[in-house]
Amino acid sequence: MFVYIRLTPRSAFSMRIISDIQAILGGFRVTLSHMLRKPVTIQYPEEKRTPYPRYRARIVLTRDPEGGERCVACYLCSAACPVDCISMQSAEQADGRRYAAWFRINFSRCIFCGLCAEACPTLAIQMTPDYEICKRDIMDLVYEKEDLLINGCGKDSSYNFYRQAGIGVARQRGAGQEETPPVDVRTLMP
Amino acid sequence: MTASSLDIALFSAKLGVVFFVILTLAAYLVFAERKILAWIQDRKGPNRVGPFGLLQPLADLIKLLTKEDFVPASADKWLFYLAPAMAAIPAILIFAVIPFGATLTIFGRPLPLVVTDLNVGLLFFLALSSIAVYGVALGGWASNSKYALLGGIRGLAQMISYELSMGLSLVPVVMLARSFSLTDIVAAQASVPFVVYQPLAFIIFLVSITAECKRIPFDLPEAEGELVAGFHAEYSGMRFGLFFVGEYINIIVLGGLAATFFLGGWHGPLLPPVVWFSVKTLAFAFFFIWMRGTLPRLRYDQLMHLGWKLLTPLALINILVTGWWLALNR
Repeated sequence: MFVYIRLTPRSAFSMRIISDIQAILGGFRVTLSHMLRKPVTIQYPEEKRTPYPRYRARIVLTRDPEGGERCVACYLCSAACPVDCISMQSAEQADGRRYAAWFRINFSRCIFCGLCAEACPTLAIQMTPDYEICKRDIMDLVYEKEDLLINGCGKDSSYNFYRQAGIGVARQRGAGQEETPPVDVRTLMP
Repeated sequence: MTASSLDIALFSAKLGVVFFVILTLAAYLVFAERKILAWIQDRKGPNRVGPFGLLQPLADLIKLLTKEDFVPASADKWLFYLAPAMAAIPAILIFAVIPFGATLTIFGRPLPLVVTDLNVGLLFFLALSSIAVYGVALGGWASNSKYALLGGIRGLAQMISYELSMGLSLVPVVMLARSFSLTDIVAAQASVPFVVYQPLAFIIFLVSITAECKRIPFDLPEAEGELVAGFHAEYSGMRFGLFFVGEYINIIVLGGLAATFFLGGWHGPLLPPVVWFSVKTLAFAFFFIWMRGTLPRLRYDQLMHLGWKLLTPLALINILVTGWWLALNR
């Protein structure tokens, strides 16, 4: 029916018509089959799909198994962030343990790329599957430390940075798990 | 005296019912189109207003009525005001000659289920569909906008071209029925619908009416990919709504005409005549929607090639063959 007529030899022309009509009827069959198919729509406010555990949405700051803050305010997340939405101020406790005096994520800029969580050496900053963080006022999307900090370990429930790392804050140097005592380099002569 | 006032009352009631049914049907055809297109695209379509979204046409109507009726500063005001009506009114008027059921008997008087049985009904239809071209052309011209003008010109060229093949494809129908009256044409198909004798004319007519009501794949006058909205790009509010509803009335009317000319009108087994007519008309409406969900838009030169180099010659040959056949079987 709907053919582009060209000045081609007659036989080629008639072949075109037949194949074109077949193509059109094929199209009609495809659309009819889709008409009878179940829609893929999810009726959002009523139906919600459960995101996978590794879904990248709202960012949280987790605690170690003993309830202490995991964040050591190393600025790696802030440096990794491609849109510069993470800012903080580091501070140090009397025992030398570092923490963030304030920690701020501007979720109106965040693109949920997950680079901050990837960069974090202490597993403090983590992505959660909670994707419903719309707000009426854009300033409400700026999350402070108390909004970000949760009472839990997030994805890794056993990891404790200070117990693993050889930094003499939680215990003596070399006394950590899977850690050998410090070596006096002066005795390591060839 | 009482008899004539009864006649007037019956006729007015018939008019009112036809008018109401067509406008409601047009509004719900919009809804049906949105639903069916959604299903084709694996979506659900409008389902928020009322049960299954059934009040969506009402919400759309309120929205259109309360929107600003904007007229561009450099537009030709009166033509701009007039064009939507010139697009919608001929579409409604065409329905006047379509018989949609067998003659009823109410209070001992015959009530033919056709608004007026014109003896040149087919010519009336062709004339009105020519007038409908003015709505598109003037709407596009009066807007004083490039896109609207281009859409109007395209609409003009397209509708005039396809009116030719549409008119020619109806000649064999007239030859078979030996009448221009649509009631006679339906009566002539009491045993066998004309589509059996005239499959080629049916296909040409179907393609031509698709072009005539500017539906995909012939929606060049309003091709949104290239012309924003074509001839009604500058229209807003209910004036746009009039163009819009006119298009859907056109679908119903042209579907009804296709049923009348080729599928035997209201004739059919078992079911009442009005139901048969509605089923056939709505089947055409469904086909138009289905086609919209399936086919891409033609290019402008393809459109002209198809109309002038394929459909019109085929329709002419079809007339010749039909005449020859009729002469042999006299």
